[in-house]
Amino acid sequence: MAYFFALGGYALAMHTNLQLPEGQMPEFFMLYGVSDLPIFWKPFASFPFTAIAIFTVPAIIAGLLGYLIFRNRIRGVYFSILTQAALIVFFNFFNGQQKLINGTNGLKTDTETMFGVLMSSPEAQIAFFRASVLLLVGGYLLCRWLTSGRFGRLLIAIRDDESRVRFSGYDPTGFKVLVFAISGALAGISGALYTAQSGIITPSAMEVSTSIEMVIWVAVGGRATLVGAVIGTLLVSYARTFLSEEFPAVWLFFQGALFLIVVTALPDGIMGLIRDQLWPFIQNRLGLTPVVAFPSLVDPEVEYEHQQLESEEKS
Amino acid sequence: MSKILEIENLTVSFDGFKALNNLNFSMEAGELRTIIGPNGAGKTTFLDIITGKVQPTEGTVTFKGRNLAKMSEHAIARFGVGRKFQTPRVYLNLTPRENLELSCNRTKNVLGSLFRKQSSGERRTIAGLLETIGLVAKADIEAGLLSHGEKQWLEIGMLVAQSPDLLLVDEPVAGLTDEETFQTAELLNSLAQSHSIIVIEHDMEFVREIARQVTVLHQGTVLCEGDMDSVQSDPRVIEVYLGHSDDEEEAA
Ligand SMILES: Nc1ncnc2c1ncn2[C@@H]1O[C@H](COP(=O)(O)OP(=O)(O)OP(=O)(O)O)[C@@H](O)[C@H]1O
Ligand SMILES: [Mg+2]
Repeated sequence: MAYFFALGGYALAMHTNLQLPEGQMPEFFMLYGVSDLPIFWKPFASFPFTAIAIFTVPAIIAGLLGYLIFRNRIRGVYFSILTQAALIVFFNFFNGQQKLINGTNGLKTDTETMFGVLMSSPEAQIAFFRASVLLLVGGYLLCRWLTSGRFGRLLIAIRDDESRVRFSGYDPTGFKVLVFAISGALAGISGALYTAQSGIITPSAMEVSTSIEMVIWVAVGGRATLVGAVIGTLLVSYARTFLSEEFPAVWLFFQGALFLIVVTALPDGIMGLIRDQLWPFIQNRLGLTPVVAFPSLVDPEVEYEHQQLESEEKS
Repeated sequence: MSKILEIENLTVSFDGFKALNNLNFSMEAGELRTIIGPNGAGKTTFLDIITGKVQPTEGTVTFKGRNLAKMSEHAIARFGVGRKFQTPRVYLNLTPRENLELSCNRTKNVLGSLFRKQSSGERRTIAGLLETIGLVAKADIEAGLLSHGEKQWLEIGMLVAQSPDLLLVDEPVAGLTDEETFQTAELLNSLAQSHSIIVIEHDMEFVREIARQVTVLHQGTVLCEGDMDSVQSDPRVIEVYLGHSDDEEEAA
């Protein structure tokens, strides 16, 4: 996902870098002796174009990549390896192209303007923060809509037993491509917002470690839940800000340890913890017993054992 | 009546091993055909070929007058072949009702799944099917909680929901109790009134219950074909299969 994130970031950065008087070019081009603006930069001078490109370009690239991968029925570990390999290709490409996008140095946005407002000014930052919150809600609702209902159930079916779905008459490829493209689009939007608020986008946003970090967010929050992904991202990013300021040296160790703990001890993340431990505990305390709609499914012997265990704990 | 399925000179080899060897087979529309054969005879591979999971090395499969070569699995499924797998494969994280909805849905493309609402006709079909397979009370719990037999039935229900012309049923009573086996036989017999069905089974008691025409597979070819009595008295069949199966029944 990291390259779609970076693509969105670059799209926005290119737009801000082009807010110049007629005939001028972004400064870094001079350093490399480029005198004509590369063609693909030109449309980014327009805000509507940029706004659309921020999500459509990543979506289209994700769709194409997804189509190639999914049509050839590449899944699981091989899918992960392939996407990481693609990431390295993108990374090296962006890193090497000084004359096109300023290579390793990336594009700065904090000293640039948008609609005539300096990007690093408090007004602009507040506006971007508001936009982030709104778009987060929007993105959440979109994902909610996708994962509920018939389409969502089909996604569950594809996740659980893809080949069975084929024998029911569905072609999973289209569904997977669409979902991949949408996640590419969302990553693009978040990349643009991130760039606007951090002040710079560099190819390091495409490093493998960045994309692993994103996996950690979701793992901490709880896989397979939408709220979990949001909570995990907020918590880990907050911890990162806090720890990397207080103890810059240990942040990476902390991150690694976090990942190991989550994978080994909390496979369902925080949401899993809440669902399986905290919620039943609260229900218990409030005297609400969970409704058992189908008593026949609960093995009386198992039930008896549970009661035994509970009474042992109490005594 | 016309032939719904015709298979000619079919050979399938896996790295030189011929799982199916020059097999010829045909069945009429509306027929209930039982295929028996010892382990490894190639029965499941035979279904893999019809459903497009495996491509034939040689030979042709013609279904409803159309050659199935190069058709993908989902295209064959939409063309009217439904399949139940040897080990039940239902979507464990969905409820039986949702499992049936998924199969029943007529528009199986991306946009249809996103935007089209379920029709009242579909809802009625599903309610009827839940009744038929005896899962009304458990329609809205996770399918993962169902017993083995209930999963087998749910999968048969999913086939019917697809409204296919041909049902391929691989070992529907494996692991079921006698009672459940009997009910499954009844279910298949009633389905046979409106569908063409191929049933693969080891359980001879069950085969006797449903069989009209029996095909015996052995080492990838058709050993013999006929009604239950003539097949059972065929010395070749007794040698490769029934003798072996009777032993098993006595042991059980
Ligand atoms: N993908 C494959 N690669 C190699 N060999 C295979 C493959 N699929 C099946 N075979 C072999 O083909 C033969 C026939 O297998 P098949 O599963 O069709 O038998 P079966 O009649 O369904 O047996 P059972 O009664 O145990 O279900 C077996 O010897 C099996 O090992
Ligand atoms: Mg088999």
